[in-house]
Amino acid sequence: MPILSLITYAPLVGVAGILALRLFGKADDPRTVEASKWIALVTTLATLALSVLLVVQFNPNDNGFQFVEEAPWFAGLNYRMGVDGISVLFVLLTAFLMPICIAASWKAIEKRVLEYMIAFLILETLVIGVFCALDIVLFYIFFEFGLVPMFLIIGIWGGQRRVYAAFKFFLYTLLGSVLMLAAILAMIGISHTSSIPELMVYHFSPAVQTWLWLAFFASFAVKMPMWPVHTWLPDAHVEAPTAGSVILAGILLKLGGYGFMRFSLPMFPAASQFFTPLIFALSVIAIVYTSLVAFRQVDFKKLIAYSSVAHMGFVTMGIFSGNAVGEQGAIFQMLSHGVISGALFLCVGVVYDRMHTREIAFYGGLVNRMPWYAATFMLFTMGNVGLPGTSGFVGEILTMTGTYGVSTWTVIVAATGVIFSAVYALTLYRRVVFGTITNTRLAGIADLDWREVAIFAPLIAATLVLGVQPGLVMNMTQASVDHLVSAYQAAIGG
Amino acid sequence: MTFSADLGLAYPELILAIGAMALLLAGAFAPKAGRLVAWGGVLVLAAAAFQAATGPLGRGFAGGVIADDASAFAQVAIFVASAIAIPLGQPWFARRGVHSFEFSVLIVLAALGMGMMVAAGDLISLYVGVELHSLALYVLAAMHRDNAKASEAGLKYFVLGALSSGLLLYGASLVYGFAGSTLFTDIAAAVHNGAHTGVLFGLVFLICGLAFKVSAAPFHMWTPDVYEGAPTPVVAFFAAAPKLAAMVLFARLLAQGFGGAIVQWQQVLVALGLISVGVGAFAGLAQKNLKRLWAYSSIANVGYAIIGLSAGSAEGVQSMLTFMVLYMIDVTGFFACLAALSRKGRAMESFDDMAGLFKEQPGIALAMTAFSLSALGLPPFSGFWAKVFVFKAALNAGLPVAATLGLVGSVVAAFYYLRLIKVMWFDASEGATDKPPIEARAIAVGLALFSFPVVLGALIWIYPAAGRAARAFGLA
Repeated sequence: MPILSLITYAPLVGVAGILALRLFGKADDPRTVEASKWIALVTTLATLALSVLLVVQFNPNDNGFQFVEEAPWFAGLNYRMGVDGISVLFVLLTAFLMPICIAASWKAIEKRVLEYMIAFLILETLVIGVFCALDIVLFYIFFEFGLVPMFLIIGIWGGQRRVYAAFKFFLYTLLGSVLMLAAILAMIGISHTSSIPELMVYHFSPAVQTWLWLAFFASFAVKMPMWPVHTWLPDAHVEAPTAGSVILAGILLKLGGYGFMRFSLPMFPAASQFFTPLIFALSVIAIVYTSLVAFRQVDFKKLIAYSSVAHMGFVTMGIFSGNAVGEQGAIFQMLSHGVISGALFLCVGVVYDRMHTREIAFYGGLVNRMPWYAATFMLFTMGNVGLPGTSGFVGEILTMTGTYGVSTWTVIVAATGVIFSAVYALTLYRRVVFGTITNTRLAGIADLDWREVAIFAPLIAATLVLGVQPGLVMNMTQASVDHLVSAYQAAIGG
Repeated sequence: MTFSADLGLAYPELILAIGAMALLLAGAFAPKAGRLVAWGGVLVLAAAAFQAATGPLGRGFAGGVIADDASAFAQVAIFVASAIAIPLGQPWFARRGVHSFEFSVLIVLAALGMGMMVAAGDLISLYVGVELHSLALYVLAAMHRDNAKASEAGLKYFVLGALSSGLLLYGASLVYGFAGSTLFTDIAAAVHNGAHTGVLFGLVFLICGLAFKVSAAPFHMWTPDVYEGAPTPVVAFFAAAPKLAAMVLFARLLAQGFGGAIVQWQQVLVALGLISVGVGAFAGLAQKNLKRLWAYSSIANVGYAIIGLSAGSAEGVQSMLTFMVLYMIDVTGFFACLAALSRKGRAMESFDDMAGLFKEQPGIALAMTAFSLSALGLPPFSGFWAKVFVFKAALNAGLPVAATLGLVGSVVAAFYYLRLIKVMWFDASEGATDKPPIEARAIAVGLALFSFPVVLGALIWIYPAAGRAARAFGLA
């Protein structure tokens, strides 16, 4: 059974269903709108079920690609899918966050609901496709086309400056990607293969590696995003609807880190080693600088957006540490950040849906009216800070441990970022939740309803389970990470 | 070779020539039978395409006409594109009170000229083909003669086109003078061991003349004005097939005639290509009229095709041919969308007119989105594959700077394609549009489906066919 293609294209079944609704019913009929939401939810849940099945069947002791599908295409390209320990959990993460996004948009999206659901379902197909693709051109297709649904999500359902944010998002990412496309074409020209497993064992000459590495870096650094090309992210996050921010922070940012692990490290080991100091420098700047920037934000969402940039700094640092602990930590940090930052954006969404403002100063004293919300927000704030017991802690400690032996100074500076993150996250929490309600408009604000509880419950569970039982993830990734690291160390002669 | 065997090679052209005469006569006796003549034209073009695909291969008329895989490939594409232009244009003119049957006849004649261009084996048949198709196009551009803009467009096209024909002719005469022959094969022998300066001088004029025809910068000045002024379905036609014909001619001239001088012309072509990409991308940013915008888009796209050609390898020509065929589908489709749209009888041609189009005409808005994304080069649309092949060829030919600059140019151009999508999807509607005519709508949606997802299957056939065509030029 071609389970990967099944998972990848399952959301398109929902798209077909909604299109059929559109053809046979009126687009603004409340029953059609309601039905489209249910179709989207059921489809994403079915995709989640399939992904769980995939993870259960996955053999963690095999360090190669599993569930491989292959079919010839044109011009020497192949349709080739497969997952290994590095990618399989990202498929699960995507499938896990999507139903949450649909549920979070249930009431918040009032116009063009059908198109919105279609955009999300297509986005799910594309993101899962990125993680499953084993042909480099196929990878690029999924990677690049993902810009379009996100462009529309920000541009149609976003906030005040949505057009500016959508353009900035698209053009920034596109510029990075076309350079990667040039590198991909050059790689195919040199190695005469477009298969990712074959490219991973192909030896490019060091001079060529440098250029290819830089081109891939241009794309993945924008996607991560790394300082100083992170400036599109706060705009995109602030203007996107809540579910758009969740997808952006939870999944799309991970494409950058995944790309570094899938392409830069195994295919260009010499260049990766050469540029490691650059990556470390940019990572610690991101961690410290954007933490400070986050502290000074007046906008709820922007603060969390900047904190995402800081957390991604740990990921890049861990990836380029070049040892198993660092890589494990990077993967863990990405998964954990996917859950926690997604949850934090949902926390913003909860109050935004009620008050329609993201200004931090507007709020204060929410604990008096919304105790359940305060507790939930507290948990994710702690996760964001990296409190032991939450998943946020594991990623940070592992990436820092892994990097410590490679570059001690990097870790010492990065560790201050942990403190800064506590400063901005707890300050935010204090200003929004604690104190007494001074703003009279907040007097009638309601606590979480059952739908919101249902949205947060799986996220809370994931944060805590991963926090106390990180082995669940580590076991899955161990074999592939070891394989990656030993190949990398052999290539650089370490 | 016997005369009858020579004729056999030229059957596609003969079918078109005789068909055009017959349709002209039929129209002269029954001036009201515009529709009938139109269908006759489609039939003639289909027959010619079939003959081109299945007919014999070889060289005839003392080398003046070449029927090979390249001419067959190009002729099929050109005749099919011309056949699509007729049902798109004839009802459009009829609705505007221009009932003349000449439209269809002129399209057939233009197709005949283009068929000769791609099959030309010497400078004489090259020039005859170019002139025949150009004259038909000048008239087509001015066809809507009560419209001042269309007349202006026709005149501008004619004057500048005549200038470029002059350049071509001058170049051809120089080449003939210094190489001693008009046959491509003889010219190739003459430049085999380094080209004489006089021949190179002639080659530069030939390149300039052809650059005019494909509207590559800096010979692009006529394009925006003519695209803006000419009737929309006519633009749908002459933005597509004639560009392919001229590019194939370009490739044949350079590969079969001046293959020995590749070092000299490669640099010229890289410069032409990159300037076109730059002009198309940056000048397009300032446009408000969509027909002008797409003129600049076509300049940029021709630039990409020229970058592919400049690789000078079989792979380069293969990529260029694939590029042009995929581009033809995009550009015809886009202008078909414009031809389908009007609001209260007024054509919708500016960005502002398109505001909220998705709400009014979701089908056409989706088609225009597909064409925009394709022209932007976003996967998995046809334009992406077109660019991939071109840049791959350029990289393999050792032109990494040209490939990278070209790709960066596409990011600049992305801004205006996105702006169109933004206007259609994000903005509030400007009011209800008229019901789009069925034929324009069908062509637009059909071609949009081709740009995705049909292309993913069709390339399995198109790309190797372009490869066979490229190898017919005798390149490595």
